[in-house]
Amino acid sequence: MPDFETIDHDVLVIGAGGAGLRAAIAAAAENVKVGLVCKSLLGKAHTVMAEGGMAASLANVDDRDNWRVHFADTMRGGQYLNNWRMAELHAKEAPDRVRELEAWGALFDRTPDGRILQRNFGGHRYPRLAHVGDRTGLEMIRTLQDHAVYLGIDVHMECTVVTLFKDGDRVSGAFGYDRERGRFKVFRAKAIVLATGGIGRAFSITSNSWEYTGDGQSLAYHAGAVLQDMEFVQFHPTGMVWPPSVKGILVTEGVRGEGGVLTNKNGRRFMFDDIPENYRSQTADNEEEGWRYTQGDKNARRPPELLTRDHVARCIVREVREGRGSPHGGVFLDIAWIKAKLPNAAEHIKKKLPSMYHQFKQLADIDITTTPMEVGPTTHYVMGGIRVDGDSQMSTVPGLFAAGECAAGLHGANRLGGNSLSDLLVFGKRAGEYAATFARERGAVTIDKGAVDDASRFALAPLERAGNGSGDGPYQIQHKLQGIMQEGVGIVRRDAEMRKALDAVLAMEQEAERVSVPGNREYNPGWHTALDLRNLLTISEAIARAAIDRKESRGGHFRDDYPDKDPTYGTFNTTLSKAADGSMHLERIPIPPMPAELKAVIEENK
Amino acid sequence: MSTSATFRVWRGDETKGELVDYKTPVSEGMVVLDAIHQIQAEQANDLAVRWNCKAGKCGSCSAEINGKPKLMCMTRLSELPLDKPVTVEPMRSFKPIRDLVTDVSWNFRVKKEIKPFKPRTPDAPDGTWRMAQSDVDRVQEFRKCIECFLCQDVCHVLRDHKKHEEFIGPRFLVYAAALEMHPLDVEDRVADLKREHGIGYCNITKCCTKVCPESITITDNAIIPLKERVVDEFYDPLGKLVKIFSRRKKDA
Repeated sequence: MPDFETIDHDVLVIGAGGAGLRAAIAAAAENVKVGLVCKSLLGKAHTVMAEGGMAASLANVDDRDNWRVHFADTMRGGQYLNNWRMAELHAKEAPDRVRELEAWGALFDRTPDGRILQRNFGGHRYPRLAHVGDRTGLEMIRTLQDHAVYLGIDVHMECTVVTLFKDGDRVSGAFGYDRERGRFKVFRAKAIVLATGGIGRAFSITSNSWEYTGDGQSLAYHAGAVLQDMEFVQFHPTGMVWPPSVKGILVTEGVRGEGGVLTNKNGRRFMFDDIPENYRSQTADNEEEGWRYTQGDKNARRPPELLTRDHVARCIVREVREGRGSPHGGVFLDIAWIKAKLPNAAEHIKKKLPSMYHQFKQLADIDITTTPMEVGPTTHYVMGGIRVDGDSQMSTVPGLFAAGECAAGLHGANRLGGNSLSDLLVFGKRAGEYAATFARERGAVTIDKGAVDDASRFALAPLERAGNGSGDGPYQIQHKLQGIMQEGVGIVRRDAEMRKALDAVLAMEQEAERVSVPGNREYNPGWHTALDLRNLLTISEAIARAAIDRKESRGGHFRDDYPDKDPTYGTFNTTLSKAADGSMHLERIPIPPMPAELKAVIEENK
Repeated sequence: MSTSATFRVWRGDETKGELVDYKTPVSEGMVVLDAIHQIQAEQANDLAVRWNCKAGKCGSCSAEINGKPKLMCMTRLSELPLDKPVTVEPMRSFKPIRDLVTDVSWNFRVKKEIKPFKPRTPDAPDGTWRMAQSDVDRVQEFRKCIECFLCQDVCHVLRDHKKHEEFIGPRFLVYAAALEMHPLDVEDRVADLKREHGIGYCNITKCCTKVCPESITITDNAIIPLKERVVDEFYDPLGKLVKIFSRRKKDA
């Protein structure tokens, strides 16, 4: 019989990045008992890595901005596969969520008249990103964390959830272990908010940390929820490429927002060579105009470096493939050139991009105020995730909510930079509120004893196998899976390679069932890695299946064998759910028709 | 750079521990955390270490490398002499949990004891405030803190004298300074700093400033100005006279 502690909450929030913290704060405000579980220490979640800013049409810098333009930009960026209701709510509510952070102590950079300053970013028509230099994510998570700790929320740090429980159709709790001692915990909860972030660890080159193993997506899927849009993975165009040990670490889009340019080995600004038709009227056609845009000239159009991330990433891949890349297999990102334009350029760069300056100086011995950086695409974000109701953020499982990166809908086929932080706030709050309401309106739940036994058997198996001296190491299995996904379902995709990758992923499920780990239950990262494998395999399978099915190129999903967008694929979302026999079932679900009012907003912003 | 190096890593728990040597290949650009990960993947699967961002932004991988408190992810092997073993130990101001992981929960408890942010009434009818960039700059320096707790690790009041119950340490003096100097904040924490938070224990040796990976000028910009506020409030002789007289007047 397993030894475990049972903990009761009305609302359990799993994940403590921006979305999880915001959800916990919102639920606590409804006077229900809230628990917050996170895999790391509080305040270390991937939100700290967000650099550029949070998009909200405050119109502090350009008074032409409003929610309608932000909505239209988000839909265009997402190639119209977005959940339009979420895009609408996001555009309307983001300004209030940003102002609320200020009321909780966040200190954003200021305009000359003392209001919140906003910067340019890819795909946003007007300067829209509230920011703090290039460490906006840290400011956001610290503000939320420092606000939350006074609200009586029970925080369970360094605790990982392995499986969810159900009581009938409804979610009823979660099973996890604490990293410190490996003790099992059963969380009984009337409602659960998943806010576990992304899936970057399924790929070899990623900006994501060890935590991002698709936990929320996989937990929800195995609990019967529906996943959607999993084929849309965002490869951020600018990750570090050299030295090898830092490959994949993010270089903020803010560098380009401040005037940084992309060049190939011939010194050519190759982004001018391929400007997509639907962005042509908004994009500068000469370098001078692009520069003026980055310096706030309202009559100038944005430089092509600030086109959407999917497009910029593909252009970089093209340059490298055709032999025009930088020495270490990337291209050059040059902010140092602005010294030709600004008298105090070096100081300006250090002030606007302090952590980029620091990062390159310390990790690559490069002074970005004098020398161009080398950059290439890195796995950054998944647009897809748990299918939720746009208003409440509830999944198809009653009582199970999702917010932030692990939820799907807002970003469609491609996310605009800056829309993630505002997503966390807007939908974190909504998920927390609706979860609290759900918990208050519904009765108590019970957890099946047998399910707890199963979960603890699953959790202990890798350690027991090591005792028998059998099985493979967890790091080797994870590494192999990352290679398969990077090669087969990466930035440029083809049918045969994806099918090969899918077969390999499916075959790995048996390997993962043989995984074995030496040591004991106390702070054993090998054991933790082993238990994350099931999640990684589930979401890898989902990504591969969805990507194979979408025979076109759109947003983050690019296929060499179907390089064009196909309008018939613009009418549905690809969804995945667990069939009765345990296999993964794919279904195309039509996108509901957009109300006339929102259609008109898109038309007026064409 | 040589092709392999030896890492002398502390392995153990609260009750006992020892330094264990691991030899592992090294290549250009590697940082200490890369070497630890390599050892973990190939030789010691259960080697406990905290890390997240691997870019100096989250403050998880704090350790003592050749005796110096540093972030493992930002310490390049090229800065270290590799002809002798590189010693990697956990932060010594905190109780060990296992290997390189320490119990930093005390820090999270301390933060809750500091009075939270309390803004003045909004400046504009729409509920927003106006602040000049120059006023924000000063506090933004403190808000760069990534909570790696290396300053707490190196502070002798905590490390050698174990005053955890009486002194909040440099990290939380920086936190208090960020609140006290926040352009919107109207709360008063000066009495707490003296009585509850033990600011007087700091004798400005500036070790915390030296180890801060975010280069926050902890002592000069945060702690000394707070000490001055405490002095102004509690030790200013003129102020004391004024207080005595105003009290007498009230009594009369």
